[in-house]
Amino acid sequence: MRGATSAKWVAGAAIIALAATACGGGDKGSDGAQGAVDPNGIFSVELGEPENTLVPSNTQESNGSLAVNSIFSQLVDYDAQGKLTMVNAESVTSSDSKLWTVKLKKDWKFHDGTPVTANSYVNAWNWAANVNNAQLNSSWFDAIKGYTDVHPAEKGAKPTADKMSGLKVVDDTTFTIELNAPLPYFAYKLGYTAYSPLPDSFFKDPKAAGEHPIGNGPYKFESWDHKKQIKVVRYDDYKGPDKAKNGGVIFKNYTTLEVAYQDLKANNVDVLRQIGPKDLPLYRQDLGKRAVDKPYSAIQTIAFAFYTDQWKNANPKVLQGLSMAIDRNTITKTVLNGTREPADGWVAKGVLGYQPDAAGDITKYDPAKAKQLIQDGGGVPGNQVSIQYNSDGGHKEWVDAVCNSITQATGVKCVGDGKADFQADLQARKGKQVKSLYRSGWVLDYPVNANFISDLFRTDAGGNQGGFSNKALDEKIAKADSAASLDDSVKQYQAVEKDLVNYMPSIPLWYYKVNAGYSTKVSDVDYNQQGDPVLTDIQVHKK
Amino acid sequence: MGRYVARRLLQMIPVFLGTTLLIFLMVYSLPGDPVAALFGDKAADPTTVAKIRHDLGLDHSIWRQYWDYMSGIVLHFDFGNQIASGRPVTDILSSAFPVTLRLAGLAFVFEVVVGIGLGIMAGMRAGRLADNAILIFTLLIISVPVFVIGNILIGTFGVNAVSLDENTSELIVPAMVLGSLSLAYVVRLTRTSMAENLRADYMRTAIAKGLPRRRVVGVHLMRNSLIPVVTFLGTDLGALMGGAVVTESIFNIHGVGGTIYESIVRREGTTLVGLVTILVLVYLVMALLVDLLYAVLDPRIRYA
Repeated sequence: MRGATSAKWVAGAAIIALAATACGGGDKGSDGAQGAVDPNGIFSVELGEPENTLVPSNTQESNGSLAVNSIFSQLVDYDAQGKLTMVNAESVTSSDSKLWTVKLKKDWKFHDGTPVTANSYVNAWNWAANVNNAQLNSSWFDAIKGYTDVHPAEKGAKPTADKMSGLKVVDDTTFTIELNAPLPYFAYKLGYTAYSPLPDSFFKDPKAAGEHPIGNGPYKFESWDHKKQIKVVRYDDYKGPDKAKNGGVIFKNYTTLEVAYQDLKANNVDVLRQIGPKDLPLYRQDLGKRAVDKPYSAIQTIAFAFYTDQWKNANPKVLQGLSMAIDRNTITKTVLNGTREPADGWVAKGVLGYQPDAAGDITKYDPAKAKQLIQDGGGVPGNQVSIQYNSDGGHKEWVDAVCNSITQATGVKCVGDGKADFQADLQARKGKQVKSLYRSGWVLDYPVNANFISDLFRTDAGGNQGGFSNKALDEKIAKADSAASLDDSVKQYQAVEKDLVNYMPSIPLWYYKVNAGYSTKVSDVDYNQQGDPVLTDIQVHKK
Repeated sequence: MGRYVARRLLQMIPVFLGTTLLIFLMVYSLPGDPVAALFGDKAADPTTVAKIRHDLGLDHSIWRQYWDYMSGIVLHFDFGNQIASGRPVTDILSSAFPVTLRLAGLAFVFEVVVGIGLGIMAGMRAGRLADNAILIFTLLIISVPVFVIGNILIGTFGVNAVSLDENTSELIVPAMVLGSLSLAYVVRLTRTSMAENLRADYMRTAIAKGLPRRRVVGVHLMRNSLIPVVTFLGTDLGALMGGAVVTESIFNIHGVGGTIYESIVRREGTTLVGLVTILVLVYLVMALLVDLLYAVLDPRIRYA
């Protein structure tokens, strides 16, 4: 008994860790469902327990996001091409990209019957930005004028105001947002969960509201049985364009993806967001047309720790050489079971401004040229690299494959540097203790190419953990951010992306795909840019 | 007897303090910051992190944190709040323990009834066909890992995953899987000890006295043979509860095992220490019960 415990533990860790790496996706394809559509039918979706309570400004991870986004609608949303669409907003306009005017659609109501007004938005955002409320998404509001008054930059400092001066209510359905500096794609940010409105009842007891959220979205919260299920039902008075075509959703918690898949085959759960590695080789065969295989807007890269001696004064040619030494096609097809698609740039598909082949040749496998480039650039310092990753996320296999590819093509020694789990990996990255290279990933926040460039490669940007810094690039980004129009800004960012090959802030590897499936009871199952199922479009069929 | 129990209960206090302190220190020394990790891949906003740490008391020294934590438990039965969700840890505990308790209880009953039953069968016929068959069967169970048995049952025999209601009837198969390994040990312990005691002097005396066979086996032989088995079973209930991680995850049971694993991954120190504290208590109480049972089974053992 005693002897077996440690083996059991290791096996358990592997199983659950795999479940922790989430990505979802799918083809609209024709359907397995036969019976007539039941407009009031309720279906179930596999979903892990949200880490935080269901407060929009405190929800960042994927489990909470799907649940919160079913209950809350924002001002805007975007379609599959990354084009902005209006939801709760009648219009979002600006003449100078600095002062934005939001007009709300009339007669919208929260699920408790109170009206959705300009105040519902302004109060919610002021509350979310306030450092006293310690919301995870508070920095989403940092572009708004007066943010530092409610959220000072120094640790432990008290806010000097409880409202951001940039938010002004004009009348019940109109308010204005003044930014610190022009931001042509600001309207896109408004589609993020953090920008949801909150009803008055929220502020009386935020804690209770997190357990029983009242929103303005297509579904009304019904119940949350922790670690088991969350139930939401269609909100019949919903006025938005994405009214639910079904009666409601039950988010079901499974201990592992394998169990969820078994239950899908038994028709006990209707929609999955991902398939476990064990079932990937067979799921297309098992599910036929109900198998989903679709890219979404997320990218996996290998980033350089530019603060190390090895890369401090790196010649971009060496970095280009390393990139060309990776055989993306073979690795995605074999080791990754076709669950990824080779990347050809830094911006993912489904994002405004995506351009095919943006990185040019440097993502093409060419051992001879790779070797030549590394030689021309003066070689890899120490002739050895390591790639840091978290061992609990199923990354080991492809990291080893990438390393083999690099070594075979160029003779540069390459080893995987596995950290015990995601926490240990993050700590090394955030504490700037990465020794050479590290695994990095990015899922879109909003579908504009700026999100994949400015937020990752600008000096001190939120996603820039490798310490990449280049003045010329910073200037170009600043210029693109202050462009006169959205189109212009996107175009400038496109030029910046093409230019990135000369800096090589990271090596693009591949785009993520949704590998998922659904039961015979539902049809019209599609997945959005985040890799999440589009709940409101799903149709439930009678038996 | 009463004094003995009182003394044992008092001894639990230092053991309890020592184990909780050890676990607390170990969680504290794990790499990774649970608050910064809430932000995932993105940069954590330092002021927000500082505020959350302050609200949770994580900005105090480790000794102060331990003191606050222990005094919360002892004085108010308050295990603190979770870092990410802010839910009270007592809520988490009270939702995780009942189902695991049922699962472990079923597994325990299974291993006691079937294990001792098979053990008696084998022990009484030591060296013969039934004995050999049972020994091979237990060898098989010991050598095949639990997750293999579980996955074969689900994949090949079409056993369904446990539904979200977690009805007791659904827990029977997982309980059998969970209890299978201990079952094998119980069989072997019972068998060996029975086979040995069959040849003991008191057995010959009992038979010579002309006692019915049923009484010889049921009272004289069983009582003496069960001491090692009871020792094993006593500690095993705790092991069943804490070690159910694999079985729970295979069969979709949302109990203690999964919660412990998740707390480690997310560095939810308070939850983890709370869970383990309760497991420690279970072990301590079971050890006391086992010692008291010795006196019942073997009249030669007396506690003053």
